[in-house]
Amino acid sequence: MDDQMKDTRRKFLNNGWKLGLASIVGGAALTHLKEGFAFESKDPSGKTMELMDTEGNIIEVDPMDIEEMDLDHVTHNVRRGIPGRKFTMVVDLAKCQNALACQRSCNKHHFVTGDNAWLKVYKMQETEDTAPYWLPTMCMHCDQPACVTVCPVDATFKREDGLVLIDNDRCVGCRFCMAACPYSTRVFNWNEPNQEFEMNMDMVEEMHSPEHAGMPSVKGTVDKCDFCPHQAEKGELPHCVTACPNGVFYFGDKNEDVVTNGNETVRLSKLLEENAGYRMFEDLGTEPSVYYLPPKDRLSFEEGLENYNEFQSVEKPDSTVENSDES
Amino acid sequence: MSKYDQFIKDVGPQKFSRGGMLWMGFLILLIAAGIVAYIDQLIEGQVVTNMRDYVLWGVYISNFVFFVATSFVGAIVVAVLRLTNSEWRRPFVRLAEIVALACIIMAGITIVIDMARPDRMLNLFIHARLQSPITWDVIIIPTFIVVSLLLLYFPLIPDFAILRDHYKGNNKRLSKIYGFFAVKWQWTKEQLKLKNKSVHLLALMIIPLGLILESIDAYLFSTTYRVGWDSSNFAPYFISGAMVAGIGALVSVVYIVRRNKQLESYITEYHFDKMGKLFNLACIIYLYFNINEYLVPLFTAKKGESEHLETLLRGDFAIPFWIVTLIGLVLPAILLIFKRFRKPKPMFYIAVVVVICSWWKRYLIVTPTLLHPYLPIQGVPESWRHYFPSLHEWVITSATLAMALMIITLLVRYVPVMSIDRLAEEEAERVSTEKKATI
Repeated sequence: MDDQMKDTRRKFLNNGWKLGLASIVGGAALTHLKEGFAFESKDPSGKTMELMDTEGNIIEVDPMDIEEMDLDHVTHNVRRGIPGRKFTMVVDLAKCQNALACQRSCNKHHFVTGDNAWLKVYKMQETEDTAPYWLPTMCMHCDQPACVTVCPVDATFKREDGLVLIDNDRCVGCRFCMAACPYSTRVFNWNEPNQEFEMNMDMVEEMHSPEHAGMPSVKGTVDKCDFCPHQAEKGELPHCVTACPNGVFYFGDKNEDVVTNGNETVRLSKLLEENAGYRMFEDLGTEPSVYYLPPKDRLSFEEGLENYNEFQSVEKPDSTVENSDES
Repeated sequence: MSKYDQFIKDVGPQKFSRGGMLWMGFLILLIAAGIVAYIDQLIEGQVVTNMRDYVLWGVYISNFVFFVATSFVGAIVVAVLRLTNSEWRRPFVRLAEIVALACIIMAGITIVIDMARPDRMLNLFIHARLQSPITWDVIIIPTFIVVSLLLLYFPLIPDFAILRDHYKGNNKRLSKIYGFFAVKWQWTKEQLKLKNKSVHLLALMIIPLGLILESIDAYLFSTTYRVGWDSSNFAPYFISGAMVAGIGALVSVVYIVRRNKQLESYITEYHFDKMGKLFNLACIIYLYFNINEYLVPLFTAKKGESEHLETLLRGDFAIPFWIVTLIGLVLPAILLIFKRFRKPKPMFYIAVVVVICSWWKRYLIVTPTLLHPYLPIQGVPESWRHYFPSLHEWVITSATLAMALMIITLLVRYVPVMSIDRLAEEEAERVSTEKKATI
């Protein structure tokens, strides 16, 4: 009886171990199961391994035929971009109330710790007689990017999918791109970024890529909005888009002529046509990838004033004292 | 070898006097402080400067522009005057090359100080992209350093040979060192021919190189969309400004060397007068370009541009702007018309003022523009809306200026400040013509 119990337990443990292995290897692997491997094992050692297939059957596998699936394997070239895409964004100024959820979310997910956020919401009023409005800005991912032209080392580069990204392992910190950008969108790491990550630093280093700016930021290099390709790859929207309570931001693909703000998905061309979309500083010829819809019939401007802080765009963890000036 | 002795005594190497030692000590102190500050900057990052995301270039860059401008003097005095056969250039040539070399070396060092990741400097070569004006700088500055060095060195070879022979008896070590640099110079026909040809070629090269250097310096700014930089006038504006700064620096150095070595009989009032006229011309040309840059745009200035001009002409930067323009440019341009201000002493004072104002002029070219981006400055600490260099920046910048002065001082100490070879030749010619005249 006891023996039997032990046996079943052993069996159970044995199966459990196999199941565990199967789920590890299977979840991560099974990319290379050759046809008929169970019957014609070519293993010179003659060893076999039991695994569970997708239907739940235990199968015997030659260990030589198992390869670990590379989860980090990027299917596209980081410098060339995601094939066939042309990322674009539309910002509906009529809906912006300076809620700043976009900025907070961007700061959080890109670990922005400096004094200058990558996504800014400007309080704008051209003249005394014209109406004020809130103007969110991010990197415009220009098709004629002034920053890319002047970079001496190809650290900032333009991709076929429209993105302008930064390789902060290559940047020499000359700041010429910042001088060149007419949208003042670029931010410099003047000191060692004081970032805090929940995962360990090895993981962070592993995820380090121009496709996830701020992961981590590097002292003496330039940072900016990256249009969140790390989200796009997962089929998700950029953090600012999902965070916005008013659906200000539409993100999408110009080739597909579709953008979405998470709630509604619309034709890009139609949206721009119906709402007289325009681009910022069109006359400079930078060809931005971000369109704006004019602030017609907009939500109350005044409500946003509560959130407005002329001198701060990044909340400090201990924001009791505003340590703005370290010099 | 007695025909050289007097010249060696007058213009040749001289041990530092007490004052000279003190001066060197002072420079070393400044440089040491600068090195400490720079190391701190490397450790802490550029946060030790007062530059921030809006004023992303500060005193380092304006100091760099100043050095580049001053180094242009080699091209004008040495090359242009040589090609126009202006004999009066002779006493200035060596010192002009020394000033040019010191400044272009320091320009190269200063631009590296501004780089936040000097550890990645090799990327500038490995990943160089030709359309970036910085890459143009990476090409032109080392080229200009090499050509300037050779243009200083080749005419020096006979002088080194003279010193080699001079020290043979009493100072074996010095003789050996000078002999090393004299590369077996024996005044043979081939050597003379080779030397003259090389110097001529270098003088021809340094003119386009100088123009390219100054232009690239201007393109660093004019290739951006920034109001106040985005100007097609910028390259000639920088070239003309470089003439002013360069001649100003040269006149200052020449006057001090002349006084210290008692070279009044070598560098006469005649020479100063001639140089003063060139100086005057440079000031007037620069004034002309300033009018093109600041006055004419007032008529058609777009909103951003008029705001920018406003801060310069009447706003935050009005006081330094007008000091630099009136005292540093208009006044010298007027004073130098009169002969009595082209005498050595008054011209020295004018030159010093011009050099100081030239330095601040570069500061006023770099900073105000950065404070006027297209979008308003919002969401950043209040202090980011202004810029004045931090202590680190001042200490490091002073050190670069001190280094330039130290290079000049050391070269003046160890190298004849005028070509002894040439002086002896002239002397021989003079004697022979006098003989002819008496016969």
